[in-house]
Amino acid sequence: MSKFVRAAAVAAAFVASTAIATVSAQAQETIKVGVLHSLSGTMAISETTLKDTMLMMVDDLNSKGGLLGKKVEAVVVDIASDWPLAAEKARDLLAKDKVDAVFGCWTSVCRKSVLPVFEELNGLLFYPVQYEGEESSRSIFYTGASPNQQAIPAVDYLMSKDGGEAKRWVLLGTDYVYPRTTNKILQAYLKSKGVAQADIIESYTPFGHSDWQTIVSEVKKFASAGKKTAVVSTINGDANVPFYKELGNQGIKADQIPVVAFSVGEEELAGLDTGPLVGHLAAWNYFMSVKAPENAAFIKKWHAFIKDTKRVTNDPMEAHYIGFNMWVQAVKQSGTTNVDAVRQAIIGQKFKNLTGGTSTMLVNHHITKPVLIGEIQANGQFDIVSQTKDLVPGDAWSDFIPESAKLTADWTYPWVCGNCEKPKY
Amino acid sequence: MRAYSLRRFITAMALAVAALSPSFVCAQDAAPSADAPVAVEAAPTPDAPPSYEALVLQLGNGGFDDKIKAVETLTATGDARSILVLQAMMDGNLYMHESQVFIAESGARDAKLRNALSNADAGVTAATASRVTVNNRLRGILRSALGALTLFSPDPALRANGAAALFRSRPPEMAEPLAAALAKETDPAAKREMEHTLAAIRVTGAGDEAQRIAAAAALGNYADPETRAILTGLLTGDLSPGLRATVTSSLSKVEGKLAFWGVINNVFQGVSLGSVLLLAAIGLAITFGVMGVINMAHGEMIMIGAYTTYMVQELFRAYLPGLVDWSIVLSVPAAFLLTGAIGVAIERGVIRFLYGRALETLLATWGISLILQQAVRTIFGPTNREVATPSWMSGAWEVVGGLTLTYNRIAIVIFSLVVLGMIALLMRHSTFGLHMRAVTQNRRMASSLGIRTGAVDALTFGLGSGIAGIAGVALSQISNVSPNLGQSFIIDSFMVVVFGGVGNLWGTLVGAFSLGLVNKFLEPYAGAVLGKIFVLVAIILFIQKRPRGLFALKGRSVEA
Repeated sequence: MSKFVRAAAVAAAFVASTAIATVSAQAQETIKVGVLHSLSGTMAISETTLKDTMLMMVDDLNSKGGLLGKKVEAVVVDIASDWPLAAEKARDLLAKDKVDAVFGCWTSVCRKSVLPVFEELNGLLFYPVQYEGEESSRSIFYTGASPNQQAIPAVDYLMSKDGGEAKRWVLLGTDYVYPRTTNKILQAYLKSKGVAQADIIESYTPFGHSDWQTIVSEVKKFASAGKKTAVVSTINGDANVPFYKELGNQGIKADQIPVVAFSVGEEELAGLDTGPLVGHLAAWNYFMSVKAPENAAFIKKWHAFIKDTKRVTNDPMEAHYIGFNMWVQAVKQSGTTNVDAVRQAIIGQKFKNLTGGTSTMLVNHHITKPVLIGEIQANGQFDIVSQTKDLVPGDAWSDFIPESAKLTADWTYPWVCGNCEKPKY
Repeated sequence: MRAYSLRRFITAMALAVAALSPSFVCAQDAAPSADAPVAVEAAPTPDAPPSYEALVLQLGNGGFDDKIKAVETLTATGDARSILVLQAMMDGNLYMHESQVFIAESGARDAKLRNALSNADAGVTAATASRVTVNNRLRGILRSALGALTLFSPDPALRANGAAALFRSRPPEMAEPLAAALAKETDPAAKREMEHTLAAIRVTGAGDEAQRIAAAAALGNYADPETRAILTGLLTGDLSPGLRATVTSSLSKVEGKLAFWGVINNVFQGVSLGSVLLLAAIGLAITFGVMGVINMAHGEMIMIGAYTTYMVQELFRAYLPGLVDWSIVLSVPAAFLLTGAIGVAIERGVIRFLYGRALETLLATWGISLILQQAVRTIFGPTNREVATPSWMSGAWEVVGGLTLTYNRIAIVIFSLVVLGMIALLMRHSTFGLHMRAVTQNRRMASSLGIRTGAVDALTFGLGSGIAGIAGVALSQISNVSPNLGQSFIIDSFMVVVFGGVGNLWGTLVGAFSLGLVNKFLEPYAGAVLGKIFVLVAIILFIQKRPRGLFALKGRSVEA
């Protein structure tokens, strides 16, 4: 299979390179990559860091001599946490700036709104954030975790002896596509493990919800039924700070009711006094506290670039790090930045991630990652309390939703499809 | 085996008492004879357990299972020295360095390390040593172990905490030490906790029937969800008729109390949400309500107030680290002055040219709000800033088991009422208040009487903005301090002012609290999202019926 991939890649690269040579031989002095993140508005809190990460890696690549003998140039645009604007800016990047790849988006709604643009204009998007799965686009590479690389292992951990053998579940989330889909998968998974419907509650809150008194009291009440209770939080963005403050103030200790979060990382904890939160959990594929030489080097580089040794690193930064380097390798392998060539060359690319393993780009455009469970510490970092032995391959379609379990995402011959029940050829 | 370990435990307890008792000498004298006769015979056991030193070393080695075993063995020795080590482990202050165990003096990265056994200075800081990791399971075991070890502590608060910690795990072998501790207990709070834990252990135990019935009856005096869970759990099992009757009556007592406290809790949460709304809206009640300026930058004043709190806190951290808990007190005037000054500048620079042109004012202030947001984002960065909760505002007051009122919410309720009271006084009883009302009611006449209307306008707007800044100080305690802070409050603020009646401070008060209460009573049934929608729809309908809100101003000036 891989031999075929490579052959196809080389062939495509050859065809593409001759095609491109005629069009833009004199125009293309630099290789352009687009950075499509929110630098203002609600999501700026998370996405600005990713923009800086991209600039750092582009700088680094240029200082090492660039790519294919050319300098790489980052074209940064601000989508201002406005999703229709994101689609417009994506169109500008692809059609006007003629970038060769785009690194961007944080929320699923951003990805969903730019997806048609990327498919129509044949662009490449690297999406660095954990998401709800149930998607595999020809034009998108998902370097964040899919549910089976984050949500399911986290629930498994809480059910294990070390995690406290949770029997009752509270699924809290912000009201939009990612939490709803993730919780749908989790409900199905929990039921397959024999958890009764009466032992699960699901609750949604609006974006930026700030008054958590009722919900936290409800959780306390639900947890006092004599069975060990755990909370799975898909609360996103700004709402997390008041939520955790309320948890701390109402005295919910992690050894009584552990809360595992999928959207809370080092960056989000930076605005919080984590003393009362010690022991609450997060599931990611990377923590800043990972002890690996690659990670130490990355943190050092980050601190030097941002000129502030207090800044933290987080999981989506690692995802961009892997995604960008895989793209660089694929460009080198094809000898061109042509989208069709790179898209095929990138499948099967291997790159050392920051946790000491080697991630691989899979045929479904997802990557393999380790799953780490961390406990919040008083210093705002995570202590890793559980880690999968092997890397977990990302699943585009969940096995726990019947209509999705039938679907396959495979962008190589004979499937060449993101959501098919039968191969195309 | 159980009898053996229990005996060993009691011995240990006695030793702990001896070691911790302030009157160490007498206790030591008494120990062999009266308190614990087993102490003498238990010491030379055939399979001597590993020494204290060896056990402490084991704490830092191996996986979580090994650590748990070490903690359990260490607790069973009852060595009073282990309290310090286990507490450090619980707090994440236990370190390993060159196969020695050390205790850090604080959680800081440059904290000094002291040897856990010899108390000698390690000569290295926490940054170089590796911390002993703890997970939740281990933390639970540590909590209960510390509870057992501190049952005889000289500090009554620690004894109460110890008993409360044991209530979570309810180990049956702790019944006897608990009874012993209870017999000696004089502090009412500690006594209550111990009785609770003891009853919870005895009611499920296989003790004699009378004891179980007494325990079940005792549990009826408590009102927390966990007691209810214990009693409900008992009813599903096999019980004698007498015990069943007691459990049922206790359960109904507990449930009655819980229902009562549940309503009180809901009211408090409603009042607390109301006080947040009130704080956010008071400033707007002045700028929009009294002056009639649709001020879209109101939320940004709140945000700047919150950032002022952050800056004052950082100044305290740098220059007066000992007083950092009180920085928030100084933040109130600082935020008032800063945002007030910004308010005056906005009024003089922009708004005064736009009086009477509502749409232009709306657009201009909205533009200002965007400028302020982006300015703060540029200066402080887009990430959240940490405003620590002062120790006197963190935690909660456990009224009873079923009702906990968090201190920060209580503080905010009181603070919002004080602010409102002061504004009301200012408006009613000061010359400035008189001028302000005169200018808003009839500008031309006020001007004819010699009032400098321009200055009054600027100061009124400054006052409204300053109050918003003060609100920001309070809101920094419950919300994120980020450039978007203001946006989340602007809609709610307008809602409160319009609902309460434009131009009326009492309307704002009643409006804020009724919205808070309605929201909180709806939320458990409808959920947070639907609850909010219901409230919005209700307000829209209400405004259709009474366009001037709850408390409409009457009189000719309104029509103008």
